[in-house]
Amino acid sequence: MVPGLLFLIFFPFLMAVLTYYTKDERKRTALVIGGSIVIMAVDIIFVAGCYKQGTSDFPLTFVYRAHLADFFIMLCEVFLVGVVSYLSVKYKKYYCILLSLIGTVPVLVLDISKMISGSVPESEHILIDNITLIMCVIIGVVGGIICIYATGYLHDYHEHHTDVENRAPYFQALLFVFIGAMFGLVTSDNLSWIFFFWEITSVTSFLLIGYPRSEESVTNSFRALWMNLLGGCGFTFTILFCWYMYESENLSELLELGADMPGIIIPVVLLSFAALTKSAQMPFSRWLLGAMVAPTPSSALLHSATMVKAGVYLLIRLSPLMDGNLSGIMITTIGGFTFFASSLLAISVSDGKKVLAYSTISNLGLITACAGVGHTEAVWAAVMLLIFHAVSKSLMFLAVGAVENSTGSRDIEDMHGLIIKLPKLAFVMIVGICGMFLAPFGMLVAKWAALKAYLDSNNILLVVFLVFGSATTLFYWGKWLGKLFAYMHQSERLRGNVHKSEWGAIYPLTGLVIALCVLFPVVGRCLIQPELAYMFGEEIGAVINADDIRIMFMMLMMIAILPVMTWILSRRNREKMTMAYMAGVNAGDDRHYIDSFGGVRPLYLSNWYMDYFFGEGKILKPSLFIAAVFLVSIMILSIGGAL
Amino acid sequence: MSFQQVIYPSLAFILLAPVVGLVFSGYDRVLSSRMQGRQGPPFLQPLYDIVKLFNKEATVVNRVQTAMVIAFLIFSVFTGCIFFVGSDLLLVFFALTLAEVFLMLAACSTNSPYSSMGSQRELLSIMAYEPMTLLTAIGFYMISGSFNVSEIINRDVPAIVELPGMFAGFVFILIIKFRKSPFDLSTSHHAHQEMVKGVTQDISGNVLGIMELAELYETVLMMAIVALFFITKNPFSYVWAVLACFIVYFILILIDNVFPRVKWEKMLLVTWGVTFALGGANLLILDMIKIAEGW
Repeated sequence: MVPGLLFLIFFPFLMAVLTYYTKDERKRTALVIGGSIVIMAVDIIFVAGCYKQGTSDFPLTFVYRAHLADFFIMLCEVFLVGVVSYLSVKYKKYYCILLSLIGTVPVLVLDISKMISGSVPESEHILIDNITLIMCVIIGVVGGIICIYATGYLHDYHEHHTDVENRAPYFQALLFVFIGAMFGLVTSDNLSWIFFFWEITSVTSFLLIGYPRSEESVTNSFRALWMNLLGGCGFTFTILFCWYMYESENLSELLELGADMPGIIIPVVLLSFAALTKSAQMPFSRWLLGAMVAPTPSSALLHSATMVKAGVYLLIRLSPLMDGNLSGIMITTIGGFTFFASSLLAISVSDGKKVLAYSTISNLGLITACAGVGHTEAVWAAVMLLIFHAVSKSLMFLAVGAVENSTGSRDIEDMHGLIIKLPKLAFVMIVGICGMFLAPFGMLVAKWAALKAYLDSNNILLVVFLVFGSATTLFYWGKWLGKLFAYMHQSERLRGNVHKSEWGAIYPLTGLVIALCVLFPVVGRCLIQPELAYMFGEEIGAVINADDIRIMFMMLMMIAILPVMTWILSRRNREKMTMAYMAGVNAGDDRHYIDSFGGVRPLYLSNWYMDYFFGEGKILKPSLFIAAVFLVSIMILSIGGAL
Repeated sequence: MSFQQVIYPSLAFILLAPVVGLVFSGYDRVLSSRMQGRQGPPFLQPLYDIVKLFNKEATVVNRVQTAMVIAFLIFSVFTGCIFFVGSDLLLVFFALTLAEVFLMLAACSTNSPYSSMGSQRELLSIMAYEPMTLLTAIGFYMISGSFNVSEIINRDVPAIVELPGMFAGFVFILIIKFRKSPFDLSTSHHAHQEMVKGVTQDISGNVLGIMELAELYETVLMMAIVALFFITKNPFSYVWAVLACFIVYFILILIDNVFPRVKWEKMLLVTWGVTFALGGANLLILDMIKIAEGW
């Protein structure tokens, strides 16, 4: 297993170097596609191998006297601080240097002192269990697909955005760096290692957001950077605390100490804090919105499918320690609140990527809340949500990116009648949107499990957040879906200039979303339930019972055969076709009407955004304020209470 | 669940629900006209209407629209079947949402101003009432320990005793669900208004017949959920349940005739307020009782 793992971590870095130095676009495209396919293949073989070997004796751990690797990581950390400092000085954002130093220096000092005194304990640096494997599949498969997509996308991106300097090799290299770092992050058990990879993802995210180099993107990238570095500081203090208090440097050792260990709440709260920043939960949600200025592949990969999942991944790992203490209350409340507030905010925006960003924050909130509950069923729901969300949200991003490159706009209002204009992309989007909120499909199943888990743990506040949040979620997805379905007469199919590489990414992902809708009981039984059994030390049965699954399958079948049924039912029915009703003032078609002066005017149908009611101007600041006050007070209470 | 346990209730629902729905609908017509001091149509008028609609040729704007309306019918029927075979109440509400989304899509697909406005209002209405429907299901779960209808009706005490807030909240959102004034925002039975017929504007002839039929199924399902608050192990409770349904329906008609339509902001705020105050409070109390029993 070890060679496979090393390959997965190091090969993307190698690919990054190669991509960066291949300036010829055609060669680079071939290189990226080839490399991505290799990563996906090795990833799947690796995961299958681990799964075959493991199951009964999970977690698989590897003992390492990893002095060399430790030393190497220290060097890289210094390099990261250098990169951050250089750019901070260049753009005069000096506070980022400070945060970076606070985060890194103590860890470096600790590591050096450990090396000098020779007191480095031998422990497993790498830990692989089912959650790791699930994350590996997501990172490898979704990551690979998105790298392939990026080749075609960037070509068009630079044709539309002539003001942005073409640094495509740099962009693609960063995507590979990121994939390597993510593999490292999810397989490491050593806290310093996790922290190191964590910081790499923060920095790559920062660099990718800054890619367009416009004023907006620079501002947004530094916002993302300082928030993530601040979270990193939480990590640093955890490392110090764990070493001096418990002489442990591994996450799994922390978990073995159990929730009754005095003072354990401090590292849990600090790590949760780091996770909240990474997953863009409420007081920190603004960086993810800002991250949407970056080209779509980075939004799809970092800011929806994988990097933001690192935060909730950590929370899921920690969840056994959060049952029934203040850290649990902190995480569930922040998560539930974020779920509701950001789904309200999503109503008032019409920029497709912004809606996706808000929806991402909202869903991450739900996962966060599930992790904080700290019960088996809730964690089941959390992992399920994580999987479904990664796949369908990245699909949505890719589809929006492709639409933007074809029509020149990513505004939902401009997607009016997409079902005729770009039927294939519209179909993909319909699959993606239905996967996000409708009944027999993915996310709803997980939401359902979440609801049951909240109820069983008597968490009424979360239940209330969930029911209101699902209603608002329905509203913003529903109106988007409606826009796609508008069937305009006499509109023509656009010649979409979607590259083969983009289709090569979008179709497999669509297939994956559909496959997951059918296969989720299998995923639950084979991957998630055994993991929970070992995490919580108790066996759990099926979270959603067989009867309900059968009913949902029937619904799926009915939707699948709907086109056929309609055809049969309306075959003999020769309806008279007419124009849309406009109180008799149609001007010959369904797109123009005659105004009161007798002139012909074009018709424009808009969705409701209700900006004065749900607008960012009204809701955003108060919610951030509430969340910040709550977070700070709970952190003070729990840390102060434990000291 | 055996094959027979599924097939008989489903068949019964599919065949009988339109009849029961027509009874409610006719009751509505007669009562409304009496309240307004006019003769009004006969009790069987809804039946005549629907038969006539089915004999008419449909004039459609596009084919997608017809497909969506048919999907609305299919899923309305399916939702009812889930309920009457005694399955999961949450799943019932999820499936119902799916059906409603199909109706909304039918309206969106027409690309017409009135339908389009109706569709946005319809979505808003769903957003307004959905929290309460979910809370109702949750309330039943809290008292019976199961979301399954078959287990909810198998209790000694009627649910209304423990869920008065949920009941009041549910009746409240039925005003939206049945498109009664003051909350008949997305479409209304009276066509002289700013959005003409709203969400159903461009549906006509036998396609409109399909849509009306689907609404009959939904009416029956909603009244059955009202009945769920009263049904116990005791077979006699069914009488009370039926009586309660008619009283609730009477109240809805009365409200329809008394209040003028409100704006959407008011509908949303009032409905969410009621949901929070009645549903939320009821849930909190149930939770406290549950915790107290645990001690």
